[in-house]
Amino acid sequence: MIRSIKHQIKTWGLTELFKGLSVTGKYLFKKKITVRYPEEKTPLSPRFRGHHALRRYENGEERCIACKLCEAVCPANAITIESEEREDGTRRTTQYDIDMFKCIYCGFCEEACPVDAIVETRVFEYEFQERGPHIRTKEDLLAFGDKYEEQIAADRAADAKYR
Amino acid sequence: MFDSLQAFLSSFLYDWLAILITLVLQAVAVILPIMLVVAWLTYAERKVIGYMQVRMGPNRVGPIGLLQPIADALKLMTKEVIFPAQSNRYLFILAPILAIAPAVAVWAVIPFSEGVVVTDLNAGILYVLAVSSILVYGTVVAGWASNSKYAFLGALRGSAQKISYEIAMGFALVTVLMIAGSMNLTEIVNGQQGGVWNWYLLPLLPMFFVYFISGLAETNRTPFDVIEGEAEIVAGFHVDYSGMTFGVFMLAEYAMMILISFMTSIMFLGGWLSPFEGIPVLESLFAWVPQLAWLSIKVAFLLFVFLWLRATFPRYRYDQLMRLGWKVLIPLTIVWVFVVGAMKYFSFGPWFN
Repeated sequence: MIRSIKHQIKTWGLTELFKGLSVTGKYLFKKKITVRYPEEKTPLSPRFRGHHALRRYENGEERCIACKLCEAVCPANAITIESEEREDGTRRTTQYDIDMFKCIYCGFCEEACPVDAIVETRVFEYEFQERGPHIRTKEDLLAFGDKYEEQIAADRAADAKYR
Repeated sequence: MFDSLQAFLSSFLYDWLAILITLVLQAVAVILPIMLVVAWLTYAERKVIGYMQVRMGPNRVGPIGLLQPIADALKLMTKEVIFPAQSNRYLFILAPILAIAPAVAVWAVIPFSEGVVVTDLNAGILYVLAVSSILVYGTVVAGWASNSKYAFLGALRGSAQKISYEIAMGFALVTVLMIAGSMNLTEIVNGQQGGVWNWYLLPLLPMFFVYFISGLAETNRTPFDVIEGEAEIVAGFHVDYSGMTFGVFMLAEYAMMILISFMTSIMFLGGWLSPFEGIPVLESLFAWVPQLAWLSIKVAFLLFVFLWLRATFPRYRYDQLMRLGWKVLIPLTIVWVFVVGAMKYFSFGPWFN
């Protein structure tokens, strides 16, 4: 009896509705979590997997030794490598293409690489307006690596103790 | 003001031309501000709902997104109007007109402050009720002319819903008539003079809620927007509308929202009367505030409640909606008609003397 009276009071007093309204009313004044993207950016992890790059040693020699481990591990078959012996007798790539449309940014190539040559950088703001440039050649990747070497090295150093 | 303008014009023009010009100017003077409020109400809606969802809402066009409505209007106006292949073209065009015409016409009797009204009609409430019920034809005709199952379902739901809630709304108005003893909106407001406790809000508190809830249903706002029901019937009666024909439906919906807010504040919240009436110091302190400002504040709050409800409640199921209308609101209003009758008989409180 008392329970049903309570229930009626609750129903006709619209208590549940006012509770709901008070929740949204509180959220009206909460701090907004929106990030206004081009002006504001969220922090990125050193492990962020973005655009690929090929690195060099400090003496300017390219790291990649054409072992093709990355090509083998790549689940999307995005990497194509051709290799040849150079004049000094070392094995080097003549072709190192990454199809950015195929790539799923899993980071397996980076993990597979025994010499830390292929890496994924923090750069994610790039686009392709036509077919063609989406296949990143060896020159593109090396140039990219040269451009961001400082950040790439810092990110590897920051993550080194967890590897 | 318009009388003297008409007198001035007729001094050098034909009489009928002077009357025509004055009428057109009067209509523009009412409709233009309403349309501007509608435009920025859409902005306010997106902003308020955004804030309640802990995001920012539109903020790219102009400072804090204030020019968003202009961008939206430009987009709608430049878009192509697509006619579905099997639709009835004549009715397809007629439907938005049927929707917007009553939504604009009702403003003829709404008083904005003491004496500022296009037509001070004695049957003001009846006029508002009658004209705003024509609005349902826009929905029905739109759903029929589109020749789409979704649109047709939306129109069917809409017509049933509006007819059901109109009854509750009408009974809520009957209680206001009983207490005010007049159907003239200006007199209804003047009957509430003498401070907050003289407003009809207190003796008619349940009717205030009933009227506002029916208003939500009449304008197809969120807890009752089965007529649009994105999840079930895509966009309801206006799925096939695009460009400005769609924009006109939106204009009508928001104009009706503003109308419901105006009617609620006029009938229950003392219209343009100051809430500080009869309080010694505050009354003289706020005496300079124009009547229109008080009315605007009340209307703005009610509009905010419209948006607030939209951000809070999920949509009613169709059978729940019908149950609420027929089994809860209508019996409640009938009971309250008798309660008000009893209060009137015993001259209860400051409202019946």
